[in-house]
Amino acid sequence: MITFRMNGLDVKAEEGWSVLETAKFYGLEIPTLCFNEGLTPHGGCRLCLVEIGEGLKTKLVSSCTYPAEEGLVVRTDSKRVWAARRMMIELMLAMAPGSKVLQDMASRFGVTQVRFTSRNKECVLCGLCVRMCAEQMDAKAIGFQKRGLNRKISTPFDMRSEECRLCGACMYICPVCQLRCQGPNAEGVLCNGCLTMDPSCLDHYDDLQCWMYDAGRCGTCVREKT
Amino acid sequence: MDTDKTKIQSLIDNHQGLKKNLIAILLDIQENFNYLSPESLRVVAKALDMPLIDIFGVATFYRAFSLTPRGKHMCLVCMGTACHVRGGPKILEEIERKLDVAPGENTKDGQFTLETVACLGCCAIGPVVVVDGEYHGHATIRKIGPILAKYQKPEAS
Repeated sequence: MITFRMNGLDVKAEEGWSVLETAKFYGLEIPTLCFNEGLTPHGGCRLCLVEIGEGLKTKLVSSCTYPAEEGLVVRTDSKRVWAARRMMIELMLAMAPGSKVLQDMASRFGVTQVRFTSRNKECVLCGLCVRMCAEQMDAKAIGFQKRGLNRKISTPFDMRSEECRLCGACMYICPVCQLRCQGPNAEGVLCNGCLTMDPSCLDHYDDLQCWMYDAGRCGTCVREKT
Repeated sequence: MDTDKTKIQSLIDNHQGLKKNLIAILLDIQENFNYLSPESLRVVAKALDMPLIDIFGVATFYRAFSLTPRGKHMCLVCMGTACHVRGGPKILEEIERKLDVAPGENTKDGQFTLETVACLGCCAIGPVVVVDGEYHGHATIRKIGPILAKYQKPEAS
């Protein structure tokens, strides 16, 4: 058992756990994008950043790849962490503004502007599909190619690969392939539609009495915020 | 085609057919065939028991590898900071005009391939032009013609 501090709480982790796994075990929420329980951690999206260390010597590390250490001091929601997360969401939105997952995250973390030119690559290079293909499907049909600005995920020679069985697992796991809902600003880089909406049923019924699964989540009873 | 395959196989055998020697193997193939053909990558993938995509990823990652045939002579123009300040872009422009080719492409007669590089590590003699591994320092627009002529007609000189 490894003991360390997380958000001022003494936590115990098993040997080999990452910081993220420990946080999940204790119910502390850390947002993730490129992490999936069935795949090896990649540490590419940088959304699961946490601050480790104390005093002036703190640094940001990706919690999905950082192993739990004895005596570690972790903060999962410090100002610095939030600023870094917002920046990552902003950068990824510029790459793939059509993604519902990213747009939802932007609303959740209060990202209200995108200061980068939109590239519309519709891929944030999170590597989920590559790992899915290699580890779960055992096909190894797609992978990273080229580098820098031209880095992309594709099959060899951009042709139909002999290894590919058209299983569709890459599309299933892709966070960008799910298109965003058509909010008030469907053409823009940033939607933020959820920020201006308010579930109206909450006024009349408590959230427990909403007979949809999750109060306001269904969207049938939302009205614009006044 | 079959002779190519045996040649590639012998190059792989030179490196004991080990996965860790992938880059060395690809470099050897590049040197022998002037480029990495899709068939050669497939042969390497099979011999090393690696997924083709991994080899393709390595081949597209490094600038030293080319997936299209290169010209007879490799012409590198330095675009590093020091060479840039001393007029590297103008040298490049002159070569582009002389050879009628854009960076990263081959001339129509297949004689030259023009490439830009970020730095060659010899900033003191910038701007630098390298043709077939031969360094031409302190390049000027006037010197470009003679340098290229030297390689254009090797039989005449």
